[in-house]
Amino acid sequence: MPVSVIEGESLLAVDIGNVNTRAALFDIVDGEYRFLATACVPSTAMAPWNDVTEGVRQALEVLQQLIEHPLLTPNRQLILPTQEDGSGVDGLVVTASAGRALKTVLVGLLNDVSLQSARHLAESIPGVILDTIHLHDQRRFEKQIDAILALQPDLLLITGGVDGGASRSVLHLVEAAGLGVYLLPEEKRPAILYAGNAALAKEIREILAPYARFLQIAPNVRPSLDEEDLLPAQHALAELCTTLRRQELRGMEELLQWSGGHMLPTHYAEARLVRFLSQTLGAGRSILAVDLGASTTSLLLGHDGQTFVRVLPLGVGEPLPQLLNQIKAEDILRWTHFDLPSHRVIDFAYQKAIYPQTISVTQEELSLELAFAREILRQGMRELRQSYPEVLPPFPALEMILVSGATLTRLAHFGPALLAVLDAIQPAGLSSVLLDPNGLLPMLGAAAGRNSLIPVHVLESNALINLGTVVSVVASGAYGTPVLKVQLTYENGTEARLDVRHGNLEVIPLPAESTARLKLQPVSHVDIGLGRGRGGTFTITGGLMGVIIDARGRPLGLPEDVIRRRELAKKWLWTLGG
Amino acid sequence: MWAPRVSILPITTITRERRLPLPGNVLVKLNQRVAATEVIAEARLPRAHLYFNVARQLKLPPKAAAKAMRVRAGEQVSQNAVLAESEGLFPQQIRSPRPGRVVLASEGEILLEVESVTLPLLAGMPGIVTQVIPRYGAIIQSNGALIQGVFGNGRVDSGLLLNLMEREGEVISASRLDLSMRGAILLAGQCREAEVLRQAAEIPVRGLILSSLAPPLIPLALQMKYPIIVTDGLWPSPMNPLAFKLLTSHARREITLNAQFYDRKEGMRPEIVIPLPVSPEPKENNVESFAPGQKVFILRVPYAGQIGQVIQLLPEAATFPSGLRAAAAEVRLENGEQVLVPLLNMQLVD
Repeated sequence: MPVSVIEGESLLAVDIGNVNTRAALFDIVDGEYRFLATACVPSTAMAPWNDVTEGVRQALEVLQQLIEHPLLTPNRQLILPTQEDGSGVDGLVVTASAGRALKTVLVGLLNDVSLQSARHLAESIPGVILDTIHLHDQRRFEKQIDAILALQPDLLLITGGVDGGASRSVLHLVEAAGLGVYLLPEEKRPAILYAGNAALAKEIREILAPYARFLQIAPNVRPSLDEEDLLPAQHALAELCTTLRRQELRGMEELLQWSGGHMLPTHYAEARLVRFLSQTLGAGRSILAVDLGASTTSLLLGHDGQTFVRVLPLGVGEPLPQLLNQIKAEDILRWTHFDLPSHRVIDFAYQKAIYPQTISVTQEELSLELAFAREILRQGMRELRQSYPEVLPPFPALEMILVSGATLTRLAHFGPALLAVLDAIQPAGLSSVLLDPNGLLPMLGAAAGRNSLIPVHVLESNALINLGTVVSVVASGAYGTPVLKVQLTYENGTEARLDVRHGNLEVIPLPAESTARLKLQPVSHVDIGLGRGRGGTFTITGGLMGVIIDARGRPLGLPEDVIRRRELAKKWLWTLGG
Repeated sequence: MWAPRVSILPITTITRERRLPLPGNVLVKLNQRVAATEVIAEARLPRAHLYFNVARQLKLPPKAAAKAMRVRAGEQVSQNAVLAESEGLFPQQIRSPRPGRVVLASEGEILLEVESVTLPLLAGMPGIVTQVIPRYGAIIQSNGALIQGVFGNGRVDSGLLLNLMEREGEVISASRLDLSMRGAILLAGQCREAEVLRQAAEIPVRGLILSSLAPPLIPLALQMKYPIIVTDGLWPSPMNPLAFKLLTSHARREITLNAQFYDRKEGMRPEIVIPLPVSPEPKENNVESFAPGQKVFILRVPYAGQIGQVIQLLPEAATFPSGLRAAAAEVRLENGEQVLVPLLNMQLVD
């Protein structure tokens, strides 16, 4: 048995967002790590508290009531390590996504080389790219300086030059950026990450260190023209983001001490877990994690042991009105079966923007919230695909889809959430869909930094809600035409057979933790991820919803006729038990 | 669960910190009385620069370029001033095309600041300076009625309150505005027409108090030079009865609109202040949890905008028609109806 299990280290994980603060406890049960309990309270990162520790303490107070042993001293300090009377925990890890979106300016040589890598890097954090300074920038030198002054960025990402390559041009760009930084008031100077030509690292440090709020030098994101290596720079960027949050949010320093330095940005921690899961899946297979938050939404694709990340400054809270600048109210209404005027969409967006912590009480409101969720995820998929077209085709074969975020995971019925996810992501072939209602994924990613067994054991222990296996059919054709024959053989030998027709959703029950043999035979023009007309037999495990056959086609086409569209939306929802 | 709070108070002591986003000069003194529109501090932000590469422009080697420079950092220069000059029989010069300030002059490079903006910090409400924050601003205190809103267009002004509302749900139309309203702050109800905002600017008024503003009008509202405060929502919404009663009872009184942007992080909301010559005891503004007896404002449909009183907190999470389960309270609305509301969908009313 591994040493870490014998030592039996209990671990507390907390995640601090703009809207919620969560705490979860992991400990050994029967020789394996288990997720024991969780608590979620409103975040105190903002006014009136402006102190993240208050939310953590409130969450721990709820948690200690649930587990019936103290985690806090009477004066509300965390008990570390576990005491003889059983109180306290052995360790703490912290993840945080609270804080404002980071205003970022990119500096790089060429738009489709180093600048593209800088963009990939910037897209992996909750931020907004405000400007780019590059070799073909038409602006005069002083205008580039003035741009930095006017924008007052939080973060400057500098890339450029392959290792041993261009140096003068990179230094010229750095000079403009550096002068801009120098002219900013000290309080407004940005943090700077340099991840360009490694030969210039020393010179860059000499130029920028005196003026940058914080300076990190990372290995080159473009060591050669045809190679992109983001991982080391992402790690350095995660450290830089944590440093910025420690300065921005009161209480982060105290949590850093409690955790012994185990503090990571939420999205980085989640990416670490997705990378780990991707490594376990094996070559050529993909996993997608989506986390729909109030302020940001992240999409993390794991493929061949790598992660490809897009964090959008969009969520089902404050940014909703921004989304309506990009899409029309009708784009939202097409996903709901309710007959609603378009102003309801706008009213909803502004209500959620002003009061992001609130929940949808009526069915109509929930339907609008899920419609917004679809559009945000669709935009995320589009942008992730634009950044990484080589690993994310239009209808991706995803072995596993992990879903986080209260809007999608806290519903009494899972059908509406599953439907929203399928509508937005439009996977192809066989996918397991798992919900993470307790926001454990980033916590487990952070926990892996302390004890790599924790995520392995916890993920094997049904800490996530497995909805089941979705079979997504890639087909276009007339509604009602046959597309697939399905035969499900249960463990006891009984069989379920189904002829699936285009445009339909079907559900075959298969209880969680049971397995079955699933035989699929598509008609000649239909693809279930194995090639047109090719079928196969698979051993699958069940879930809360069983086996879901999505034969609505790819791309998912919604009828032009409004009445027909609403009828279909209602039928699909009803099929999934919504 | 701690309860968020909105202030709709007939009389209170209001203490507000006004702070520049970057260091500057504070223009007020301790105990000084200030008007809402008074600039209490200001900071200067450089905006435009000119860059001169002496070596390149005078075609000189780096050492000679350094020698050619005729200005030092910090120096003010006038238009046409010589910034750099080469030596020899036919000296060449770099002259400043605009007046400015030299911010950098070294290693053959000169950077001239030719434009800056001054960032003024307004008091935001009439009151007394109770503390000066060196280089950043001041704390100002005032007594009076306070009504917080959900949207502000970033402007500040004071004026006489003119009531155009007969009931909470009143919708204002441009035809109701005329020149007799010049210099007044209008209590105007729901606004759905751009013409209302434009006409108010033409009169001109000193401010508008709206219960709701249609979202397409937000860009126009942000362009208006007079303050606009929305009390209840950016969706069709009558004015909540507490704000309506309070504001209508102060018609014809001098009031201040600090239509600052709603900032959840800093806890800043647009505020209507009605200065009153009374000095209540300063109230401890402790964060509270929800409890029976409290007055609450409901934030979301189906009871959005209504005021009620908490009857009891449910011991367990309740299931709502959407299927969501959440901690909830039984609330008695002003019409006597008793309803179930998620705690997340309410805020306390002071």
